[in-house]
Amino acid sequence: MATAQVNPTRMELTRLKKKLTTATRGHKLLKDKRDELMRRFLDMVRENKALREKVEAGIHRANKNFVLARSVMVDEILNVSLMAPRQEVYLDTHTRNVMSVDIPEFEYKTKTPDENDIYPYGYAFTSSDLDDAVKSLADILPDMLKLAEVEKSCQLMAAEIEKTRRRVNALEHVMIPDMQAKIKYIVMKLDENERSTQIRLMKVKDMMLEAAHGYSSRISGELE
Amino acid sequence: MYKIAVLGDRDSIYGFAAIGLDTFPVDNTTEAAKQLKKLADGGYAVIYITESLQAELESEIDNYVSSQLPAIIPIPGVSGNTGKGMRNVKKSVERAVGSDIIFNND
Repeated sequence: MATAQVNPTRMELTRLKKKLTTATRGHKLLKDKRDELMRRFLDMVRENKALREKVEAGIHRANKNFVLARSVMVDEILNVSLMAPRQEVYLDTHTRNVMSVDIPEFEYKTKTPDENDIYPYGYAFTSSDLDDAVKSLADILPDMLKLAEVEKSCQLMAAEIEKTRRRVNALEHVMIPDMQAKIKYIVMKLDENERSTQIRLMKVKDMMLEAAHGYSSRISGELE
Repeated sequence: MYKIAVLGDRDSIYGFAAIGLDTFPVDNTTEAAKQLKKLADGGYAVIYITESLQAELESEIDNYVSSQLPAIIPIPGVSGNTGKGMRNVKKSVERAVGSDIIFNND
């Protein structure tokens, strides 16, 4: 009830009423935005969880294969084999606007179009375990990129939801009650002023009548 | 046109070079922080980082959480899955919803 510093004037009252309408409207809109964001966020976060499980399992498998490959190959040969990658991955990014959050979308292009043409080495000195390892990693790459996209989107949306939620709460629990209290204060003050003016007028009228006609106090009671 | 980087200890990430990602092996935290900053400013849209390194660079990574690019994504290293990546997802749920309703404390 921060009513201390309000001017109890009609102008202030109109201003506050306008402000309250705007705030109520804004509150409703922001609440809708929050709900819709939340719905999309929950869908996305479920997808994020599933993708992450998949990618983590995939990388685990690939790491196992690499360890296997390393155990049967000389370190130098392994290093040389992977030194000059044949494949290169480029990303194109777009943004998509979801409820005023710009979330990224990645589109990837690979240098070699044939997905089996990825091994950057001749097969003479390498073990087949290395082929498996590289293959398992290449298989998980699309999911990894998808994960990057979804996880980044989730982070951005979480930030936006947090912001929106705070705004909704601030409007609902601080701004709107505060303004309602101020409006009530002004209305009551104005009414009070009006009543006191009315009484003053009545009083003045009585005094003038008394002065003009010299009625006794008994009759002046009946006159009004 | 953006590129993809992988940051972490050498054993965990050397395989990614074969499939065309740029790998940046680092040995210590200060070097990693410097490298991360360079990558983030240097046209990389996605930076995969090993979970162990991610745990050490938490404050640096937090700088990029609310910016659109780059996406810094933790991946398990060769030493196994620490569950850090999943905890991050959980953290963003908690941030948005206020409490964790997806994972149910598992």
